[in-house]
Amino acid sequence: MSDVVEKTLTALPSLLSLDSQPGSAKLSSTAKLGNLIRGITELTSKHEEEKLIQHELASIKEQVSSPNTTMRQMRELMVRAVYCEMLGYEASFSYIHAIKLAQQGNVLEKRVGYLAVSLFLNESHELLLLLVNTVLKDLQSTNLIEVCMALTVVCQIFPKDMIPVILPIVEEKLNHPKEIIRRKAVLALHKFYLIAPNQVQHIHNKFRKALCDKDPGVMTASLHIYLQLIQENAEAYKDLTASFVTILKQVVGGKLPMDFNYHSVPAPWLQIQLLRILSLLGKNDQRTSEVMYEVLDESLRRAEMNHNITYAILYECVKCVYTIHPKSELLEKAAKCIGNFVLSPKINLKYLGLKALTYVVQQDPKLALQHQMTIIECLDHSDVIIKRETLELLFRITNAQNVTVIVEKMLDFLRLSKDDHMTIDIVGKVAELAEKYAPDNEWFIQTMNAVFSLGGDMMQPEIPNGFLKLLSEGFDSEEEDRKLRLFAVSSYISLLQGEPSKLPQRFLQVICWVLGEYSFLKEDLEPSVVLGLLTKLLDMKSSSSETKSWVLVAMTKLCWSEAAVSEAQQVAETYSSSFDTTLRQRAQELQHLSRDSQLHSRVLPPGGRLEPDEVDSSLSFLDGFVSEALSAGAAPYKPLHQRQEELSRSKVLSLEPYGLSLPISTSSCSITDRQSPTLLSTSSGLSGDGTDFSHRGSSTTLRLDGVKRVWGREGYLAQKKPVEEVAQVEVPSPLRSPSQQGDANSCRSKTPTPTANPECDQEKQQLASSLFGGLSSQSSVCLMEKSEPDIQRFRRKAKGQRSSSTTNEQRANPTVSSASAVDNLLCNNLLEADTEPINSSAKQTFQHPHSLSVANGACDAEAILTDGDPKERNQPLSSEDFVEADDSPPREDQERSKDSCLTPHLPAELSGFSHSEIIPLCSSQSLDLSACHVQTDNSVVLVVFITNTSEDANLQIQVLSEELEVFCVCESPVEEVRGRSVSVRQYSLTVKMPLVHFELVGMLSYSIPAGMPQAMMQFSYKLPLTSFIRPLTVSTEEYGSMWLAFSHDTKQNLTLIKEEREPLTATLNALNKKLSLHVVEIIGVEGLVACSLLQDQPCLMHCRVHAGRLAVWLRSPVPDLPDCLLYHCQRALQEP
Amino acid sequence: MIKFVLMVNQQGQTRLSRYYESVELSRRAALEADAVRCCLSRKKDQCSFVEFKDFKLVYRQYAALIIVVGVSDGENELSIYELIHNFVEVLDKHFSRVIMFNLDSIHIILDEMIQNGHIVETNKNRILAPLTAINKMAEG
Repeated sequence: MSDVVEKTLTALPSLLSLDSQPGSAKLSSTAKLGNLIRGITELTSKHEEEKLIQHELASIKEQVSSPNTTMRQMRELMVRAVYCEMLGYEASFSYIHAIKLAQQGNVLEKRVGYLAVSLFLNESHELLLLLVNTVLKDLQSTNLIEVCMALTVVCQIFPKDMIPVILPIVEEKLNHPKEIIRRKAVLALHKFYLIAPNQVQHIHNKFRKALCDKDPGVMTASLHIYLQLIQENAEAYKDLTASFVTILKQVVGGKLPMDFNYHSVPAPWLQIQLLRILSLLGKNDQRTSEVMYEVLDESLRRAEMNHNITYAILYECVKCVYTIHPKSELLEKAAKCIGNFVLSPKINLKYLGLKALTYVVQQDPKLALQHQMTIIECLDHSDVIIKRETLELLFRITNAQNVTVIVEKMLDFLRLSKDDHMTIDIVGKVAELAEKYAPDNEWFIQTMNAVFSLGGDMMQPEIPNGFLKLLSEGFDSEEEDRKLRLFAVSSYISLLQGEPSKLPQRFLQVICWVLGEYSFLKEDLEPSVVLGLLTKLLDMKSSSSETKSWVLVAMTKLCWSEAAVSEAQQVAETYSSSFDTTLRQRAQELQHLSRDSQLHSRVLPPGGRLEPDEVDSSLSFLDGFVSEALSAGAAPYKPLHQRQEELSRSKVLSLEPYGLSLPISTSSCSITDRQSPTLLSTSSGLSGDGTDFSHRGSSTTLRLDGVKRVWGREGYLAQKKPVEEVAQVEVPSPLRSPSQQGDANSCRSKTPTPTANPECDQEKQQLASSLFGGLSSQSSVCLMEKSEPDIQRFRRKAKGQRSSSTTNEQRANPTVSSASAVDNLLCNNLLEADTEPINSSAKQTFQHPHSLSVANGACDAEAILTDGDPKERNQPLSSEDFVEADDSPPREDQERSKDSCLTPHLPAELSGFSHSEIIPLCSSQSLDLSACHVQTDNSVVLVVFITNTSEDANLQIQVLSEELEVFCVCESPVEEVRGRSVSVRQYSLTVKMPLVHFELVGMLSYSIPAGMPQAMMQFSYKLPLTSFIRPLTVSTEEYGSMWLAFSHDTKQNLTLIKEEREPLTATLNALNKKLSLHVVEIIGVEGLVACSLLQDQPCLMHCRVHAGRLAVWLRSPVPDLPDCLLYHCQRALQEP
Repeated sequence: MIKFVLMVNQQGQTRLSRYYESVELSRRAALEADAVRCCLSRKKDQCSFVEFKDFKLVYRQYAALIIVVGVSDGENELSIYELIHNFVEVLDKHFSRVIMFNLDSIHIILDEMIQNGHIVETNKNRILAPLTAINKMAEG
């Protein structure tokens, strides 16, 4: 940065502070604000400030309501009011005056009025409606400045419902001769898109026009919309890749006017924006990525100037290179860039380097190896932020070999950390690593002890819950389970014998549960000793009543021996009169169970575990009771949402419909106080409550029973014991090529040689070898495959394994579904290619000419032959048979050849969409009928191919269906078909009423040669509902309001895809892939999914992971749609 | 995404604040005080980005004036760091002759640069064009 600029900037604060001499004529108008600010600056206490501001506000209030106040004075008053509000003192009396000022003032006053409105009001403020007319008037003004102001305020704040009022005018402004007006109009459309995407859906072509605008500013503005659109659906904008590349090329090449430069770098923020768009487009798409290699190379090359902003561009460039389909040359250059960052003495660059490294190490851990010494230096850096970023990096490269060192480093950091958010984050990461890579029981328990002690009561409740679940569900060998539990018990006993008052409440609760469940494992331990320790907890002042409940539950489990009973009785006595109802309840349980040993052993068999109970979530056992009640005249049950609808219809005050009826509450975007959204559903309550967080989401959760059942061995539902596949050894991938091996070796030898004092360095070298252990072997294969045969000690049973045929896919999943920002995109891509053969060997061979993801069912299409060639008569009659028959190779070949020879006949307008396999419908000696269906964005088209192998013929086809509306695209029903040719008919299909499968019946009458007597053939064609399902892109808020409006629903529990890390994400991804459902948002254990039946019939799905199952709840305005869709979801998840 | 822009003096008094995500008025003062404390507690040789709650702060100091920008986690911090400088250069360009504190003008400039948390203009001439035009009209 130039010194000259630096100097002028140091003068700036004096411009902004008020110590300058009053010399300007304009000062008078701002003098009052000046006095106010100066007054406040001089104050020493908050109390004085409050007094002064209140006084000020009173005076402003008096003046604004005076009729003699001129607009000019009003403007000055507004600025002061803005200042007061900025300091946190509400000035709501001035809101209406701000609107008035915008209405009535001259340009400057108007601008201040608009400014004040945008600062004072939020999007949903009712006063905003009063602004609409003013905006409308100004938009139509002949004064450009007024138009400009109006557009600015529209971009910032405008009532959603009023968009239609101004939309036509804003659209008109897109053609305005002035660039600034066009630019602001585009930004206004961006705003509309953000708050109400449906409103601007019809003007997507105008966005394209803006992208091609001759003014770079207008084009830049349109990129905001495109970034948003591409984030939501990259597929739809792949065709624009070349345009974005061209734009970036021109920008990088310095084709923009000079004033777009910032410190001689051409439009840096524009470059960054374009790079972001490109990385989204190129992700997992080799063809698209290839288009951008050249310009990325150019960007990497150009950005050599030594200025911060070029580094900011480089960082984005590196990220892009590592996000799109890989190209080794570029990767190499990007890696070199990262090196420059990390080694830079400038701390900000070092930070960015670490961040980039963190992003790329998952694809290429050897980069971490290259910089190992730097990383170690950063680990001891005096700046906590650098340390933090380094830990983040280490977290990403953790494996079974370096886990102990890395966890130790993280715990060291935690011990010094004072920031709650950092603590919560790192504690979660340590817990994750510990569970994943623990080398032995002892280490695991001790690490978790540290996690619980350091994480205290702020850590996510999932950590203790997950830990207890892990302990109770156990692993492969009973013996190992026993050892782990025993070790936990011993460790906790000694902790309790120490100073339990220092332990956080959560930790105490975990201890109580473990002791209650497993202290019997320790044979030399008398229950009375444990009871004694637990009693001490009850007496501690610091124990919360929640902890006390846990203690009492633990005691209840322990009081089976004689000696323990008397102690327990005493405790129960004390607490059975407690004011806390939960405590009293627990005390009562303790009292009764300790008295009646028979009952005790039945409810809580010592050392034994109860088989998990089957939960009948449909409550069918109540059917008799319900029908009895109904016949006795009881009102039928109305679900919560229905009641609410009726309530709102009858115009009763709405009782927060959003929070109450939506099964989840959407994560709030408030900056100040954000809780983990999962907290809302994962209560931190007692495990002893055995709560079934009923997926109704109502506040009355079902209480089942049984203390142990929450942690039941395999969740609530009995499942087949999965065949555990333990990958104990890290197998070098066969894909490892010699050249790569050499690469890895050479890079290890490239490790910077130490220069500083040898002693210290030796220490560091040692640390390096322990930190980066296991990386070198990984690095060689990382580019080819994410081989994850990690030594995972605690592999959870409940999340079991799959049969060997699918392990490939499954291994890919941790990366696919990993919620972390740093995805292993590179690997995904390769793996996707890997799994393709599996797909094609399976029955479904949907083709993806444009890689549009398409729903697919096992019985996509089938044909029943009713007449024709006897050879073809062997055709299967049901979908199942069809599948079997298809397994025989010759047949498959035949199908394929048919498919490939007819595909070229697909109408050109449909060739861009994916079509189902072309299957024969019926045939005679000279005619062959085949068909497939094509899924376009807003319809399903049945395409019938008529292959005529003899002379010219006349034929007539009729296609009918009861459930589908069939519309023939051709004009005349009778058509001549020339000899030895293929002709094509198209029928557009829409759904009359949803069904699981639709069947079309067709009748073909033909005469060959033309004029001969007619012959008839019948055929039928079947297609699944999923062909009509399209993803529905809605925001979480829209989802919320739609959810309330829909009345048809259904619920069921489905199988979760068994996957180690993110079963929910994996399952939803599978649904997204197979049924093209749109995943709106995943919040903790809950997921929101939306789709629609073609364009206009939405169906929403709410999913919750519960007891190892996926509890889904579907809602739609269309009857039967939820049920039919549920069927397909079920099928989709059962298929491997 | 940019969450907010703050301009504060070294005593931690807010000179300007602009939020791009709705934050209740009652919480703002505390949030600003925390953010400023967080930035002021850092030494000169430490990096200009700091974790704050569940997002990040990018800050830059110009003598007694500190500009703090809250950004979401995925943001390119260095580009924001330079954006601050660009903003300051624009202020420098505009206020070079008339020395005074103009809360409204600074807001108008900022509104040209950042909208809804997105960087919408960085070209200095274009950022200043509307404000210059307004001032001219008001004078004339």
